[in-house]
Amino acid sequence: MTATVAVLVEHRGPDIAQPAFEALTLARTIGRPVAVWLGEEPPAEAVAALGSYGAQEVRVLAIGERVRHPKTAAAVLAAATGDAALVLMVSTFVNKEIATHLALATGAGVVVDAAGAEMVDGRIEAQQTVFAATWNVRTRINADRAIVALRPNTTKAEPAATAGAAEHVGVLAALPEMRETLVSVTPVTREEGVPLSEAAVVVSGGRGTSGDYTLVRELAEALGAAVGASRDATDEGWISHEHMVGQTGVTVTPALYVACGISGAVHHRGGMQASGTIVAVNIDPDAPIFEIADFGVVGDLNDVLPQAIAALKAART
Amino acid sequence: MRIVVTVKFVPDLQSTRSFTDGTVTRTADDGTMNELDENAVEAALQLRESLPDGECEVYALTVGGADAVAAVRKALQLGVDHAIHVSDAAIAGSDVFGTATVLAAAVREIEKDGAIDLVITGMAALDGLTSMLPTALAAALDVAQLTLASHIEIADGNATIVRHLPDAHETVTAALPALVSVTDEANKARYPNFKLIMAARAKPVTTWSLSDIGVDPVTVGAMAARTTVVDASPRPPRENRVVITDKGDGGKQLAAFLIERGLA
Repeated sequence: MTATVAVLVEHRGPDIAQPAFEALTLARTIGRPVAVWLGEEPPAEAVAALGSYGAQEVRVLAIGERVRHPKTAAAVLAAATGDAALVLMVSTFVNKEIATHLALATGAGVVVDAAGAEMVDGRIEAQQTVFAATWNVRTRINADRAIVALRPNTTKAEPAATAGAAEHVGVLAALPEMRETLVSVTPVTREEGVPLSEAAVVVSGGRGTSGDYTLVRELAEALGAAVGASRDATDEGWISHEHMVGQTGVTVTPALYVACGISGAVHHRGGMQASGTIVAVNIDPDAPIFEIADFGVVGDLNDVLPQAIAALKAART
Repeated sequence: MRIVVTVKFVPDLQSTRSFTDGTVTRTADDGTMNELDENAVEAALQLRESLPDGECEVYALTVGGADAVAAVRKALQLGVDHAIHVSDAAIAGSDVFGTATVLAAAVREIEKDGAIDLVITGMAALDGLTSMLPTALAAALDVAQLTLASHIEIADGNATIVRHLPDAHETVTAALPALVSVTDEANKARYPNFKLIMAARAKPVTTWSLSDIGVDPVTVGAMAARTTVVDASPRPPRENRVVITDKGDGGKQLAAFLIERGLA
């Protein structure tokens, strides 16, 4: 019998985030994929899109704003995934809390920040990169049920070869009592484009920018990249905290990471070292970032970046 | 007010970190208190300092092998009142749920001297980085969970926090007792001063075994863990790395590299 693999769909309102398609693509390699949607009702296009990536069903729990309460999200997720051998989700701080509650409710074993998962001899095994991406670790989940939270950009999303229509299944579940009261929610106004954590290309600026992100943003635009920053830069207030790449900020694994004026302290490396290709520009030849860069330029950002931007634009025309 | 701060003994970030037999190598030489736990200790000390003298007591609690005592010693140097180290061979190989079981039992043991109002943890450990422990511990203690706090306020028997999530800033409140996990935005951790370091030497560390806190060894440790590391290996270093010095065409070379690799 084919195992059911449930995917908790990451979405912003009606819009599905790219990592949900990555998770469905991975789910297809393990078993029968079903999507689980929490929050407001999904639009028909969203259900169709999930179907095109192989979801056989879209199980919907219309719990509205209660989705913001991790224990509630976990309780309804448990109700909707009783038949699933594996629940996949995107590795975010909130989802790690949901995963913990779900594991407590179902007895499942959990691996978070995973780079992939597969079934080996009837058990789920997940891969991770740890210690600032200097080690590969493979972890077996001993329990009958598994939860794996995947880092974005670790699986390439591909539509299913034989795309089917996903069936919309409404699920009702009892909501648990809450000890915590949500007093207020202030939405963060997001910049245009792909969120940092999901971007295929990231251009980051650090102390070397001296607070001027004009060139970093121009290079990001030329590469279709999201803009990141080092802790130094966010602490200085040069750019908002949401942009911080590092172990306590956003962990990114893009195909290309360009570090501009970032020395590469271990905290920063922990958030980006698993990136595909790393490029660094820094005035200091001894900056540790050069130890992990595939291509490094020792030089002044104000010289190197404008020239690179012009050359990239020229190559495109 | 009585506060427990959980602290973890981890390999120093600057050291060469590794695995031995499927678990993180931890030695006294390059081990230290998890850096993010400094923010948890700081939050507890600031709360104590906001109250009149003698009205608040702070306990530092750690679980781990003999070397892990360094984590609570560091907390003593920072100024906590009491230090407790739970150590038992049966704990080795515990997953996050096993660790939460042990910590919760230790908190209950501490409560024999008076109820605990607040448990404060760091947001994650910089060795495992699962960041699941705060949630698992709140559940094991059966108390409210206020996680990823960048700001805490305690008033009228309630804890209120602000948490900065990627899509929104939330304000969440709950009645005490509660567990709060703090981020590195919550405060700036203090450095131990000479006077406190000297004073810490004289302070005792209480050591408990599993039987001291009433935990059945079979419920924790490697045998009870829901996950097992089956392979751990260092990643090969990146090959064919190139670092050039800008001689007037560094930007062009950078662009050429990206185009050649199909990245632009």
